[in-house]
Amino acid sequence: MKRAFPWHLLFFLAPAVLIYTLFSAYPLFDTLRLSLFTDTTDGVRSFTGLSNFVTLLSDPNWSGPFWNALWNNTQFFIIHMLVQNPIGLMLAALLSMKDLRGGRTYRTLIFLPTLLSVVIIGFIWQLILSPLWGVSEGFLAFFGLDFLFEAWLGREGSALITLALISVWQFIGIPMMLIYAALLSIPDDLIEAARVDGASPWRTFWRIRVPLILPTLGLVTILTFVGNFNAFELIYAVKGALAGPNFSTDILGTFFYRTFFGYQSQIGSATMGATVATMMFLVILVGVMLYFFVIQRRLTRYQL
Amino acid sequence: MPNFKHCVAGITLAATLSLAAQAQTLTIESWRVDDKDLWEDILIPAFNAEHPDIEVRFNATAPTEYDSSINARLQAGTAGDLITCRPFDQSLSLFNQGYLEPLNGLDALDNYQDFAKRAWSTDDGDTSFCLPMASVIHGFFYNKAIFDELDLEVPQTRDEFFDALETIEEDSSYTPLALGTNDQWEANQIVFTNIGPNYWDGEEGRMALLSGDAKFTDEEFVAAWEEMAQWGDYMGRGYEAQTYGDSQNLFALGRAAIYPTGSWDISYFNSQAIFEFGAFKPPVEDSGDTCYISDHTDMGIGINPASDNADAARTFLDWVASADFADLFTNEVTGFFSLSSHDVDVQDPVAAEMISWRNDCESTIRLNAQVMNRGTPNMEQELWVVSSQVLNGTLSPEEAAEQIQDGFAQWYEPQSN
Repeated sequence: MKRAFPWHLLFFLAPAVLIYTLFSAYPLFDTLRLSLFTDTTDGVRSFTGLSNFVTLLSDPNWSGPFWNALWNNTQFFIIHMLVQNPIGLMLAALLSMKDLRGGRTYRTLIFLPTLLSVVIIGFIWQLILSPLWGVSEGFLAFFGLDFLFEAWLGREGSALITLALISVWQFIGIPMMLIYAALLSIPDDLIEAARVDGASPWRTFWRIRVPLILPTLGLVTILTFVGNFNAFELIYAVKGALAGPNFSTDILGTFFYRTFFGYQSQIGSATMGATVATMMFLVILVGVMLYFFVIQRRLTRYQL
Repeated sequence: MPNFKHCVAGITLAATLSLAAQAQTLTIESWRVDDKDLWEDILIPAFNAEHPDIEVRFNATAPTEYDSSINARLQAGTAGDLITCRPFDQSLSLFNQGYLEPLNGLDALDNYQDFAKRAWSTDDGDTSFCLPMASVIHGFFYNKAIFDELDLEVPQTRDEFFDALETIEEDSSYTPLALGTNDQWEANQIVFTNIGPNYWDGEEGRMALLSGDAKFTDEEFVAAWEEMAQWGDYMGRGYEAQTYGDSQNLFALGRAAIYPTGSWDISYFNSQAIFEFGAFKPPVEDSGDTCYISDHTDMGIGINPASDNADAARTFLDWVASADFADLFTNEVTGFFSLSSHDVDVQDPVAAEMISWRNDCESTIRLNAQVMNRGTPNMEQELWVVSSQVLNGTLSPEEAAEQIQDGFAQWYEPQSN
């Protein structure tokens, strides 16, 4: 017997598919298409194939800033992986302790910065770290450490690290919450069984809990990766689109902004901007695919 | 019968009114967010006193977003009737794409000198596409109270300038120079192109670069960076992370003695500073040398060809070229000097001081404003980056010059042999 076409499926899928297509898929494909075109000074648009990509990767005026931005972005990501996610894991583990007092308060307080606008975060930290009005020098002096104080946001060697740490401070709540939720979902009997078997809390954590939340740690990694390679606002808010000093804080997002919208006397180019955006998309795509094919497959999932 | 007459009169009146309302609304696009009140409370009412039938709206966008936003809206056909024009290539590009009306035949243009019109003309000089509105003059502000306290003279020569800086550094707790490099643009627009013209003889040096007779690696250009390399010692602790807003505050609070700047800051300090401040021009090598000032053509106004009210827009430009406007603009928008040839009596003492330099010194525009910003790599950005590194002490003046010259020679024919 032939089944009737399941119209109700279409009906339920339609709103999401339509909105997603209109606001996500269509702009993405149009960006990919636009990267194959070029504009003359009179505003006439013509097809050029892959020549924008050749320019971006081989002309030193384009490739220099591009590789610089990509490398800075990678450092930005590495700092997040080394600082944000381990601390997030630690905070989640502390919060999930049974006899912790005021856990909810800590949870809310630590998550709060994530809810604030990046512009506010950038402004507050710029003030805190300001050599003129900031409190950080006085704070260090309290411990007798004021000789350590520098204009961290202004030095080529430290500006990117400082900005990455500000970003970590802001977004630490997200890995913390995800991991916290995963830790809570581990059945108590497993932990109790381990205790009965004589495992120390330390051993329980590394041998029982961590393996069980590995899929969540993977998810956190991939969220961090995508978030970092799309980052823009914090750098723009603190250092402006030129991402100084000497482009040491320039990441793909700010590089894209300058290319697409132009900056001061640099006239923006929609087609070249689309090319940079396409490269950003490819970088993220490759990263996510690597994760899926190399790491995700090897993760063992336990039925709890 | 009387009813019918009334009716006809009423309809005619209504028709006229609605026509008037429809045809005569002008919107001005601008990046001068700070001037919104001045336009709405003073300039537009003054215009309406002469032309009550034209309604004018002032629509300001933040300066850093203005260029991209005006480009996008001109393309989409949603931009206003009158466009405030950035100087040189930004506007030239809009004109080439057909987003600015050629102004040939507009009598108002006769009220401007050639140097003012050059910023908004095609390269051959035949077609103007914006009416020059205002220029800014660069120089230094100083805190008169601190100068009195330390018994300092206003410096005329570079030696006197550095002596003053040294005295402030040694004998007081004030910061000698309120300047930071976080935002980078100051390093070029209010330092390099401010003190530089005295080294490269203003227009002469600029023209020599354009004709290919001079290079950035020549002595007169490197010397400007060499002077900047010595400024770092006087700029206050942690200046690498000091923003433009920080510098403004530092000077306004009376914690810094000298503030390199442009005339646009006059109105800010008139309202923010509690002490009296004065202005001095960039110091020259020896007393009596010809002085050069950066008198930068900064703002013009043009017509959107897609405007439905082209006639009203032309009427407005005629008014912008009038002596009344020159007087109002120069005196109300303090620090922006009208570019028209009308004589204006400047009331603000600091503004009057700065505009008086036009009589004593030779005027030039920012070194790279014309043509030089056209290529890739973009020279304006490169100048920001290398000049702030020179101030930071992380790049030598020679390396700075080489980097700029390299970028310039890559695309500019007269420089590339």
